[in-house]
Amino acid sequence: MIAAIPSFHLEIDVLVLGIVILLVETFATKIDKKVFAYVGIIGLTLVLIASFFVSTNPAEQTGPLWNFYTADGLAIFFKRFELITTIVVLVMMIDYAPVMRRGDDHTASNLGEFFSLPLLTCAGLMYLVSAVDFIFIFIALELVSISFFVLVSFARRDAVALEAGIKYLILGGVSAAFLVYGITWIFGVTGETNLQRVTAAFAGGNVDTQAATFGAVLIVAGLGFKVAAVPFQIWVPDVYQGAPTPVTAFLSVASKAAGFVVLIRVLQPFLMLPHMHRLLVLLALLTVIYGNLAALPQTNLKRLLGYSSIAHAGYLLIAVLCLDGAAMTFYLVAYLLMTLLSFAVLIIVSQQAGDDISSFDGLAKRQPFLAFAMVIAMASLAGLPFTAGFFGKFFIFAAAIEQKQFLLVIVGIVTVACGFYYYLKVVRAMYWPAAQPELQTQPIQISPLSRALIILMIISTIGLGVYPQPILRAIKPQSGSVAKSMTTPIR
Amino acid sequence: MLLFLVLCPIAAAILILIGAPARFTALVAAILNLIVAVALFVEFDRTATGFQFVSSMAVSTDWGIHFAFGVDGLSLLMLLLASLVTVAAIWFTGQVDNYVRAFYACLLFISAGAIGAFASIDLFFFYAFHELALIPAFLLIGIWGSGNRSRAAWKITIYLTVGSFILLIGLILLYQSFPAAARSFDFRELQSAAAARAIAAPAQRNIYLLLLIGFGVLISLFPFHSWAPEAYASAPAPAAMLHAGVLKKFGLYGLLRLAVPLLPDGAHYWTQLLVILLLGNIIYIGLVTIAQKQLDWMLGYSSVMHMGYIFLGIASANAIGNTGAATLIFAHGLSIALLFAVAGQVRERTGTLAFDDLGGLAKVMPFAGLIFGFGAFAAIGLPGLANFASEIMIFFGAFRHGWEMQRFHLFQIATVLALWGVVISTVYMLRAYRATFMGTMPERWAKLSDFGLGLRIPAALLIAALVAVGFFPQTVVNIISPAIRTYFTASK
Repeated sequence: MIAAIPSFHLEIDVLVLGIVILLVETFATKIDKKVFAYVGIIGLTLVLIASFFVSTNPAEQTGPLWNFYTADGLAIFFKRFELITTIVVLVMMIDYAPVMRRGDDHTASNLGEFFSLPLLTCAGLMYLVSAVDFIFIFIALELVSISFFVLVSFARRDAVALEAGIKYLILGGVSAAFLVYGITWIFGVTGETNLQRVTAAFAGGNVDTQAATFGAVLIVAGLGFKVAAVPFQIWVPDVYQGAPTPVTAFLSVASKAAGFVVLIRVLQPFLMLPHMHRLLVLLALLTVIYGNLAALPQTNLKRLLGYSSIAHAGYLLIAVLCLDGAAMTFYLVAYLLMTLLSFAVLIIVSQQAGDDISSFDGLAKRQPFLAFAMVIAMASLAGLPFTAGFFGKFFIFAAAIEQKQFLLVIVGIVTVACGFYYYLKVVRAMYWPAAQPELQTQPIQISPLSRALIILMIISTIGLGVYPQPILRAIKPQSGSVAKSMTTPIR
Repeated sequence: MLLFLVLCPIAAAILILIGAPARFTALVAAILNLIVAVALFVEFDRTATGFQFVSSMAVSTDWGIHFAFGVDGLSLLMLLLASLVTVAAIWFTGQVDNYVRAFYACLLFISAGAIGAFASIDLFFFYAFHELALIPAFLLIGIWGSGNRSRAAWKITIYLTVGSFILLIGLILLYQSFPAAARSFDFRELQSAAAARAIAAPAQRNIYLLLLIGFGVLISLFPFHSWAPEAYASAPAPAAMLHAGVLKKFGLYGLLRLAVPLLPDGAHYWTQLLVILLLGNIIYIGLVTIAQKQLDWMLGYSSVMHMGYIFLGIASANAIGNTGAATLIFAHGLSIALLFAVAGQVRERTGTLAFDDLGGLAKVMPFAGLIFGFGAFAAIGLPGLANFASEIMIFFGAFRHGWEMQRFHLFQIATVLALWGVVISTVYMLRAYRATFMGTMPERWAKLSDFGLGLRIPAALLIAALVAVGFFPQTVVNIISPAIRTYFTASK
């Protein structure tokens, strides 16, 4: 029997790993930079395995740390989620490295940083999903944001990447400001920063609800930037398009998932405040409508996936405002699989022809395997049965109907139909007789590691679409505490 | 056995995609399925009510979702139809220009989706299997279609998506409208809960309307029909056979399986609306069909029109009407598949289906003319063919509904108008027959070849089934009526 590991060791391990790689990279200039990526992958895999031996015994969780840190089921589950995402992103980065090298010498020599920064981001994300104190939420969020600022603008001689970096930097700064300002209001009203004690203070009824609502709105706005909810989505398309593709994938999956975990944690006290529920319904409505409609005319796949990530944020918001942690978690897992799958294919294909949908023309002829993988990813994103994406939508619609949110359901149906149109546009490009048959006939190379990864993701997408029980079981302990504690608003 | 029936086409499709010989594998899988379906038909216990050959595997214990299969008479008939038409569709597939493997795999996926939906006794998989056919249909029309295939492919996909998500909402509402203890995805438990009047009447009305619209879009109920003729005209013939013959019947099967027994109050409340809409199918679409100038469009519209009769049988809400509807689903599936098959062969030989370009083809293709005639007469409802037997049951059922002396009831008006629909369908079928196979033949068609022996077998298979049910409808009625009768004894 292996002794249980204290859960906070996981983050420390990841941090140490990241810093060690960064230091070694600085001095060992002769090593092939890809080695660092492999070391990172192996290290994270070990941490992932270790996460299954973490102690969850509440008796051991005493001391000042546990005032702002939690290791409940939700936190542990999403720590694994972030670790897996980072591993996949590192694999993608290896595939993407030739494109970075092609850019300029300077970027190429810094590839070691490119491979080590995701580790630091990952540590930040793992802290974020465990955070139950506003101050700690803010600090973890900053650790994530700052490493993302560097990653997004990594190809710094490229004007588009630079524009993306600046946009992300400025809007990230603004959102952090919103968040901090909101936190000060909440602190001013309740005198607390710990979520549990804030909840208790709200429930006590002895608070200025107007001031508290103002603070809550500001915090939701700050988090809205992270999860790309309308009207805080303006940065998404440009940043998604400009950032290196693996970073885009990282941003759209890992950062969004952590944002939603924080959101569902802070909403538990906030939904007790007046008008908050209505505000969130409005936010969800705007997000699904805007994301889906704006995705319709896109011709660049990265931009399209950017808008689709806004759309998915909308569906996730529906789950969050129903306080259905299980539905949200399952949707995020499905979202992880299908988004990373589509980005993995995109990275391999785009090395030849770029990010436009037209570069997928006739892919079914050139590389049937990748075309099939993309069909599965698109089917899952659109929400077809027998893929994980369908169960995600199914649970969310079921939760919304249970709560009698019929407006959301109706808008949901219409927007899902829009989704079919733009996702199937990619399928059409791959299979329908090509408009430009002369397009690159040279076959596409796939590295064995990527091929294995893609196969694994296809199997899990379909597997979870038929048999969702493993995820449902994994998230059950805490879904009780999150989902069933719907609290009544203060009048 | 049912599990085999569902998994066989999927396995064959995967094998084909990996590298097995496409046509051979597909045909073997389809014939195996037909044999299994016939074996089920023979083994089926005609005296028992309830589902037989049940197999079940838990998928989500939290939600009570099971990967469960089982058949009663109604679903058995659907399975028979699906496997018959699948064999014919695959057999009738001619030269495929590119992506041969993908073509056969798509056909098999559509077949698997239909078979899975008919064999499921779990609400979730009943729905999920139907969706399996969505992307294959999109690809079949988009890659190998003719005419304005891009437009048709988008239209059918978007229409069916909206329809099936409306349906999904209806099904979730249906699930949640049961009291928490009785909630289940299992058809058997839903039926027994509904027999105990578990759903309040107002809830039934809302759910029935959602199911009617959702299924209605899938069945091309007037006024949600406009995807159907266009898609069937553009689709390659085997795809049109499978889609119009089998997959579209999913909606009708769903109404018979769920809406009629579980929501009797809802059905009663919306009867008038349904009757008016189905008259739109029979009369309005019937007249539109007469105006068509191309064989494929004509067949597409005619398949929309005939849905009206099946709706009439379902709306009549009595055992004889519903039995007739179930039989007509079977008969219509066979006859429309036969007609699309001939149309596809004609198109393959001549490259056109415009009535103005064709004519006198019976001189060079006598066998094609013969089987087209069989299909056309079956569709009109000539005695001796399966469609007649079922339509007569529907008319009796509908006329008897709400029988009141001295007053002409809505249903009787509808029945009389529907009888005129038969005249309409005679007009367009005979006109199409004359324009294609009779009259003077343009010189350029003189060298066309008739069906070879290979193509006569599947055609003979479909005709044999049509004639057999036409002369001995009791064989089919016997297996359906125990299932249908439980609906109406339970709710009284």
